[in-house]
Amino acid sequence: MLNFRDPDQKPLVLLNNAGVRRGGRWLVRGVEFSISRGEIVTLIGPNGSGKSTTAKTAIGVLKPDEGWVERKPGLKVGYVPQKLAIDWTLPLTVERLMTLTGPLKGREIEEALHSTGIAHLARAEVQHLSGGEFQRALLARAIARKPDLLVLDEPVQGVDFSGEIALYDLIKSIRNQTGCGILLISHDLHVVMAETDTVICLNGHVCCRGTPQVVSQSPEYLKLFGSRAAKTLAVYSHDHDHTHLPDGRVLHADGSITEHCHPDDGHHHGAHAEHGHDDHDHADHVHGPDCGCGHQNRLQGLGNKETRRV
Amino acid sequence: MFDDFFTRALVAGIGLAITVGPLGCFVIWRRMAYFGDTMAHSALLGVALSLLFNLNLMLSVFIVAAVVSLLLLLLQKRGALSTDALLGILSHSALSIGLVMVAFMTWVRIDLVGFLFGDILAVSEADIDLVWGGGILVLFAIVYLWRPLLASTVNPELAEAEGLQPERARLYFMLLMALVIAIAMKIVGILLITSLLIIPAATARRFATSPEIMAVLASGIGVLAVTGGLFGSLHFDTPSGPSIVVAAMGLFVLSLLPFGRKGEIETAIHSTHGGHH
Repeated sequence: MLNFRDPDQKPLVLLNNAGVRRGGRWLVRGVEFSISRGEIVTLIGPNGSGKSTTAKTAIGVLKPDEGWVERKPGLKVGYVPQKLAIDWTLPLTVERLMTLTGPLKGREIEEALHSTGIAHLARAEVQHLSGGEFQRALLARAIARKPDLLVLDEPVQGVDFSGEIALYDLIKSIRNQTGCGILLISHDLHVVMAETDTVICLNGHVCCRGTPQVVSQSPEYLKLFGSRAAKTLAVYSHDHDHTHLPDGRVLHADGSITEHCHPDDGHHHGAHAEHGHDDHDHADHVHGPDCGCGHQNRLQGLGNKETRRV
Repeated sequence: MFDDFFTRALVAGIGLAITVGPLGCFVIWRRMAYFGDTMAHSALLGVALSLLFNLNLMLSVFIVAAVVSLLLLLLQKRGALSTDALLGILSHSALSIGLVMVAFMTWVRIDLVGFLFGDILAVSEADIDLVWGGGILVLFAIVYLWRPLLASTVNPELAEAEGLQPERARLYFMLLMALVIAIAMKIVGILLITSLLIIPAATARRFATSPEIMAVLASGIGVLAVTGGLFGSLHFDTPSGPSIVVAAMGLFVLSLLPFGRKGEIETAIHSTHGGHH
């Protein structure tokens, strides 16, 4: 399923040292990644870490204030925004929502609704849908237009756990069938789709990145989530080599404190390294109470595969 | 009974109602009622300027309304005050500056009540041409802009991400509003223009199953309100604008009555069941 990627082909979208500033404050800075056909990139990070900003910059809704973004000419995007409130005064059925940004054939609408499991809701007004049904409708709308790049900002919010697994399965099969690139923002800091090729952890900048560890084999994980979940979800375990202090400064693992945090300031260890579970060196890792990641809890909850050696 | 002036008013009023239907839907979908009010109130400044510089009335009203809406967009981007407060400042300032300017111009006699509340006697044949000409232009523009306007009403970022241009659609929408205000002023009056935009659209919501149907219904309901209002105005010798608004409100109240509601629910249940099998 990875043969969609052709090394000679240009990526669908490429961010180079991109940063966005609002009201004199950097929302996000120094973001570098690319998405190619057939690739799934997942953004994680605490609230306000710039996940949505990064996604919007990638698709051109926001313009970067530094760095640049390159998009393949004529790139067709399918977008599921994080928040979407439709005023009650607007009479909009699920069927009509499908053709919001462009015309579609009746068969394409049917297929998209069927694959997201809401074919029976085609004539329902969107205001009457539950949170989970509405997310499915939005996802159906985004995939019905057969995009080159699918951008999903917390697509499983409001969806129950089994629904979440079903939607991740669907996202995977969309990638496998159409070979589109997918940029996914996860609402959960640590559980990401197992199919993810690259996980990028943001906290105002790229904290770390890597492939998700396949903890699905871990018996504790299986016990907790069941084998079905294990095939779909994985835990991204990551370590941070610095701590964000309450006053905005950054405490690095080597004990130094700086005003900001840049990947190339010499305080970081391998910001581009792929983190693994077992070959992982935690010696320089400082977990602060305000680390902003909260992954200790999660990992402990999963049976604590990560041993802390501080 | 059909005096010539009344036929003219009716023809102009019906043209106006058809034009404002779809636009009024966008005003309520986008929650821009107060915005429309602000633009309408600035029309009196346009009237004053047209008298002062001897300009065409509709042209100067259109320009002032357009300038006020652009000014608001600029102030919104600065983000110092809430849109609500900005609208309050712009709306009443423009109206008051217009009133003060008119008061200073002692050399012109102006029927202020006619401008504020509409005057069917004032509708000339040239006005009819303008209402229908401008109306057809507005309707064509709305049809052309429909998809980007509707998509950016739902979510501007979604529209932009998927290749539409919400900013441009918004700008055109403002200009269309300014145009409609300029042509509506004589018939319903400055203070009541937004009600002709909002009330028929709100009435149509109850019966509409899609945005397109709602737009068409709003035009139809507007035609009923204008016709009823103008006949009432003739019969009771009341100002045309308020009479039309009272008629529109009557239709709105009728739409709130619970007739047919049980049937609707039953149909909904049946169609859901049908969809399953």
